[in-house]
Amino acid sequence: MTSTTFPRLLLDHAAQRPNDAALREKEYGIWQALSWAQLAELVCALAHGLHQAGVQRGQHVIVVGENRPRLAASMLAAQVLGAIPVPLYQDAVGAEFVFPINNAEVAFAIVEDQEQVDKLIEIRGQCPQLTHLWYDDPRGLRNYDEPGVAPLDSLIAAGAAAAKTQPQLFREWAERVKPDDVAAMFFTSGTTGNPKGVVHSHATLIDRAQAGARFDKLGSHEEVLAYLPPAWIGQNIFSYAQWLACGYVVNCPESASTVSIDLKEIGPTYYFAPPRVFEGLLTSVMIRMEDAGSLKRWLFARCMALAQRVGPALMDGKPVGALDKLKYALGNLLIYGPLRNTLGFSRVRVAYTAGEAIGPDLFSFYRSIGINLKQLYGSTETAVFVCLQPDNEARSDTVGVPIDGVEIKLDASGEILVKSPGLLKGYYKNEAATNEVLTAEGWYHTGDAGFIDASGHLKIIDRAKDVGRILGGPNDGAMFAPKYVENKLKFFAHIKEAVALGDKRERVCAFINIDFEAVGNWAERRNLPYAGYTDLAQKPEVYELIRECVEKVNADLAQDELLAGSQITRFLILHKELDADDGELTRTRKVRRGAIAEKYAVLIDALYGGKSSQFIETAVKFEDGRSGSVSADLRIMDTKTFPAVRRAA
Amino acid sequence: MAKKIGEVILEVKNISLSFGGVKALTDISFNVREHEIRSIIGPNGAGKSSMLNCINGVYQPQQGEITFRGQHFKHMNSRQVAEMGVARTFQNLALFKGMSVLDNIMTGRNLHMKSNLFLQALRWGPAEREEIAQREKVERIIDFLEIQAYRKTPVGRLPYGLQKRVDLGRALAMEPTVLLLDEPMAGMNVEEKQDMCRFILDVNDEFGTTIVLIEHDMGVVMDISDRVVVLDYGKKIGDGAPDEVRQNEDVIRAYLGTSH
Repeated sequence: MTSTTFPRLLLDHAAQRPNDAALREKEYGIWQALSWAQLAELVCALAHGLHQAGVQRGQHVIVVGENRPRLAASMLAAQVLGAIPVPLYQDAVGAEFVFPINNAEVAFAIVEDQEQVDKLIEIRGQCPQLTHLWYDDPRGLRNYDEPGVAPLDSLIAAGAAAAKTQPQLFREWAERVKPDDVAAMFFTSGTTGNPKGVVHSHATLIDRAQAGARFDKLGSHEEVLAYLPPAWIGQNIFSYAQWLACGYVVNCPESASTVSIDLKEIGPTYYFAPPRVFEGLLTSVMIRMEDAGSLKRWLFARCMALAQRVGPALMDGKPVGALDKLKYALGNLLIYGPLRNTLGFSRVRVAYTAGEAIGPDLFSFYRSIGINLKQLYGSTETAVFVCLQPDNEARSDTVGVPIDGVEIKLDASGEILVKSPGLLKGYYKNEAATNEVLTAEGWYHTGDAGFIDASGHLKIIDRAKDVGRILGGPNDGAMFAPKYVENKLKFFAHIKEAVALGDKRERVCAFINIDFEAVGNWAERRNLPYAGYTDLAQKPEVYELIRECVEKVNADLAQDELLAGSQITRFLILHKELDADDGELTRTRKVRRGAIAEKYAVLIDALYGGKSSQFIETAVKFEDGRSGSVSADLRIMDTKTFPAVRRAA
Repeated sequence: MAKKIGEVILEVKNISLSFGGVKALTDISFNVREHEIRSIIGPNGAGKSSMLNCINGVYQPQQGEITFRGQHFKHMNSRQVAEMGVARTFQNLALFKGMSVLDNIMTGRNLHMKSNLFLQALRWGPAEREEIAQREKVERIIDFLEIQAYRKTPVGRLPYGLQKRVDLGRALAMEPTVLLLDEPMAGMNVEEKQDMCRFILDVNDEFGTTIVLIEHDMGVVMDISDRVVVLDYGKKIGDGAPDEVRQNEDVIRAYLGTSH
């Protein structure tokens, strides 16, 4: 068990390597660094300011915004005072803040900009205890005369003045924080019901951060780009817990739209992204490749074919023929190297993907061009690190081996149970939910169904509660794993999102969301005109394109006796993208099955009722909070299924 | 959310402008106060752009005078007007399509560059220092307009809505006291219009810039303007706060037509 805390880690870095960069932020076109000493000074001022404003030990302070150095410093300042920072998703609508704020009795909020201030002012009536609101960026806020709303600059100035009169206080506060104290709380979006506040101590977060760092031999020389929502524990681990544990540099992008440019400029050595980000990067490369000249395309195709054959083996340290090695080196010079550079991965030593299954083609693409992409398994409740893949054992269908301190076992139903020093202290003010997931012996119920394969790697099938059964028909009683099917569909570049239906039904049907960028580009190259998303989605040509994908998935599912019954018999393409703002996905883009089944009941009836089209009108919420509606006549298409391949006994 | 509207900064008195026999403007008078958003509206061909071109010094009106901060500028060219602190954007965009966003906005700093052409070409000594200082100003504008991701992109490759934003950036780079906007929202979709409205309000709010706006979209004008001038066939038919103008019989007639 670790014996340190975040404030102490900060003080250690500031004492041992005061002039090294701690944070960098691109502002006005230039990367500006903040050293550990400067950071400590800033945190000190903030802590004094918060103390003056009345922040007490054990109180919650919400932090809402993109990755900004001063917001990270604010979290540290709250921790110095023994208060608990609660990062919330910056892209959530105002109403979504009400529950966390009231649940955690929040009186203090530190936010990034006008957008967040407006959202909080809007819900102020419902959260009367929220009295103080500080903002980092004053833009557009000059004329606000809302009581309690003030710039972070004024808090820092007041705190810096107070710090001068009592310089010893900061260190005293920091020393008083114990490893077992609560360090932060993360609200899990959850696919049903109210969010739950996951409580973590300094010890749980730092222990896991250090275990992960040992596993991959991370040091203070790493460079990380912080671009994912800070409210997500993954981001907290990579850009906060491990940042302080290892003392590496965290870089904050200029804005959300410049991430790919910033990635290339920084060239991170340690990188983390959910599969959709890797997918987006690959799609953008492929689109650009398709527009390139024929010689370039030919060279690219040749080199990628070689990479696919040789690259993963090289990555895994397996023997490769001398001629292939030579060819690969040439390919590296011509294609792989420049490609890594374009993607911003020239210096990546360790890259992780997690959160969702990653397509085998996507996974091997990155490994084949020499990027050490691996998978990990974990959740908010486990402070991320449960299983990690060792450098030479990366595979697309497993999530790695249990690391330091972790024990894993399966219960009778196939659910994965975890014991680790990084487990949550509990859900905040929700003992019933805590008891549901934490046993008296200290095992945590992950809610995932899976098994440990022959090589000791953990393999995940689906959420335990989502695994269903086919009822009636030729496949009666067959296992139905919706997410497994959906993931296989989503591995196609043209499909962005999919929802498989089939539990307690005779057959499996699916809703599909096309990837607007990829399918749009495909349509343009075929001179297929379209008016927008809804129009493109309903083109017969697009239906043909998607049908091919679905049938490939069916052929693939037929290979597996267990899952052959999950083949898709009919599908339709939705007229709008599934969106978290409309309650169809969680903020981490997981499908909310219940909400979708309710909202699109008429489409489900049409799929199972044998209709060939169905009219639907759906209410949508725009980003500014207004609402409108999208309507369309959706076509429904039948697909071919395949007989299950029986394995010879 | 009260902002301070100051004294009259720009006074237009009895302006008449004709091209040969065509009377573009007849006896127009109105004023603009410091820090306000003042709109000029009217149907097609009402003389809105001509009015702006008079203020801008592009056209010389045959009659009347324009006073800016107490200075008359009857015979001033557009460069002199610009030097006095009046910048403008253009209805049909006047950007260098092949140049990057950054370079386009840099051109707006031209009036503030003091070193001579020779030094600038060599980028040597004082010229280099000056360029760094100017670049910082430009970077602040890029940040303000949230176009960091397109800094190095040639303007011609940007969608129209963003080009309009760059045009605004170029005008802002002059650090004007008065900003003339010629149909900043023409040809934009709803989302782009909302963005543009927010930038106009922010410019007015953050920099205290006085804004004179020509616009077609009545909804936009009524929402963001402090006062509105209405022109029709080169004549002023209405002047006042948005609500007053909305009630004005002549304005309703000009916009909706009347049954005879």
